[in-house]
Amino acid sequence: MTVAQGTPLLEMQGISKRFGAVQALTDVRFDVCAREVVALVGDNGAGKSTLIKAIAGIYPIDEGTIRWEGREVTIHTPNDSVALGIATVYQDLALCDNLDVVANLYLGRESANPAGALGVLDEVAMEQRSIEVLRRLSVKIPNVRTAIASLSGGQRQSVAVARSVLWDNKVVLLDEPTAALGVAQTHEVLELVRRLRDEGHGVVLISHNLADVFEVADRITVLRLGRYVGTYDARTVGREQLVALMTGAVPGEVAR
Amino acid sequence: MSTMLNDPRLVAEQPGLRGVIAQYRRRIAQGDVGQLPVVVGLLLIWGIFYLASDGTFFVPQNLVNLSLQMAAVGTIAVGVVFVLLLGEINLTVGVVSGLCSGLMAVLNVKLGVPGPIAVLAGVGAGLLIGVLHGLWITRFRIPSFVVTLAGLIGWQGALLFVLGNTGTVNLRDDFITGLAGTFFKGPVAWMFGTLFVVYVAGNGVLARRRRLAAGLTADPSAVVLVRAAIVALFVIAALYVLQLDRGLPLSVVFLVGLIVVMDYVVRRTRFGRMVFAVGGNAEAARRAGIPVARVRIAVFAIASTLAAWGGVMASSRLLAVNQSAGSGDVLLNAIASAVIGGTSLFGGRGTVWAALLGILVIQSISNGMDLLSFEPAVKQMITGSVLLAAVTIDAIARRGREAGR
Repeated sequence: MTVAQGTPLLEMQGISKRFGAVQALTDVRFDVCAREVVALVGDNGAGKSTLIKAIAGIYPIDEGTIRWEGREVTIHTPNDSVALGIATVYQDLALCDNLDVVANLYLGRESANPAGALGVLDEVAMEQRSIEVLRRLSVKIPNVRTAIASLSGGQRQSVAVARSVLWDNKVVLLDEPTAALGVAQTHEVLELVRRLRDEGHGVVLISHNLADVFEVADRITVLRLGRYVGTYDARTVGREQLVALMTGAVPGEVAR
Repeated sequence: MSTMLNDPRLVAEQPGLRGVIAQYRRRIAQGDVGQLPVVVGLLLIWGIFYLASDGTFFVPQNLVNLSLQMAAVGTIAVGVVFVLLLGEINLTVGVVSGLCSGLMAVLNVKLGVPGPIAVLAGVGAGLLIGVLHGLWITRFRIPSFVVTLAGLIGWQGALLFVLGNTGTVNLRDDFITGLAGTFFKGPVAWMFGTLFVVYVAGNGVLARRRRLAAGLTADPSAVVLVRAAIVALFVIAALYVLQLDRGLPLSVVFLVGLIVVMDYVVRRTRFGRMVFAVGGNAEAARRAGIPVARVRIAVFAIASTLAAWGGVMASSRLLAVNQSAGSGDVLLNAIASAVIGGTSLFGGRGTVWAALLGILVIQSISNGMDLLSFEPAVKQMITGSVLLAAVTIDAIARRGREAGR
């Protein structure tokens, strides 16, 4: 397992977010480095989704600092997040079922021909690059011209993840990527997560499934009731200990 | 194509002609029938009318009439295809075609504006109306059905207002009447035909060459050639028969030219891709950074512009604009054409060629039944049944496809 070093790609400190009367996040910290998988765990209502959406720019934070490669930045909109090099794969995948794999990989960023003043698509280049990326990530798709509608759940998830790395993003946020998948498909997606890490991406994984978390994560950050509990090395923390931390049966680390 | 497959359920794709045929057969078996039922249905309709009318259906004069009747509603149907691809509906295409032709007629006849400028003004008015629809739908988030329902009533009133108390405006301007009254014979007709065939064949050959050069799979050359040969045969037959009568109508050249251009826009440009994306999953499109509202506005603008152009063509053929211009079955036939041709009402699925195929079916039925002097009551019931049959075949096929996943 790789050990991440150096300045984190993304570092968040003292993050607070309030929705009306609900304090969704209080003084939360979080960081992810290049070449590592950080799992974000916690029971329902722990604030995982709020934190992910804060990183993705959907919910701007109320308080706290965000550093990108050591430099302080603000993330107010999804575009800010994308501009930094953060890709988010939501649970609903956001794919167009009626379009083929190539069209979905390039959705919103289609390449145009050299003579592309009129916005004429360069299908050949897009198809070549799609095949190349899918092959690099060992994603098994019989034909990149198949419509998303006729792919399996695991293949769809893989296409959504592949799209996130097609554009040299440094951090990839995956929201419950294995939630609806069978055993073999889950294995495939976790393999893909490992490959992303080995390529140098920082991967943030939200999952309810602790087996998945232990299988791929390098570090595990635990949230509980909107507060930071602690961050643990996945090799040393035990499953029972993790459950105890998530449910509040034992207190977490005070500071790190 | 990825070669590292070990899932036995995935059917391996064979190379060459045999692979193409096998793949096609599999697609049909899975319910992805494409345009096949419509083509079969069209041939069936032609066969029935040929026999029932003792051959008069295929008399050159009737085929020229048929193609003239198709041009206006076919043009409007192309715009409807765009709207349906978005998963929206536009109920105003009929009345907007009437209103814009009315504007053109009044400008030209009553105010003495030269023909070309009057036509431009009519089509421009269509564009503005479309932008207005699009803005209203996107800005206030009102379903397109409701906005265009209001438009259906309102623009009809606007037509009556524009025409004033004259009721009917007769067109005499050479330019305007020439749009539907011009026919090509001999070299010019053959030149248009050749251009079309060269376009289809050239596209196939070039695409194949580019894909092979890039190391991608491509259709075998036999498929490309057979496709081009079928198109060529059809074009030669049509041109030959049309020239036995008045010749190739200019309005048909316009319609086919429009379809070629719009088909290119839909399938090969970023804009077309955006239309499919918004029609397939608007939320996904929005998150991918596609300007969803602007795409919607553009599509409604295209639909109304083409409706206006269709209205101009219709009035040019009838040599007049009256209070019932664009009313009645214009809207219904335009939508029916798009749907019969295989465009989904739920967005994201369909082709521009569907408009041509659909209008051929609709107009053939109408024309054939006129030849056999059917009652209007019977005509409408039969047209309705054909529409229902077309969408039913499509729905059953789609269910097969989804269940077979």
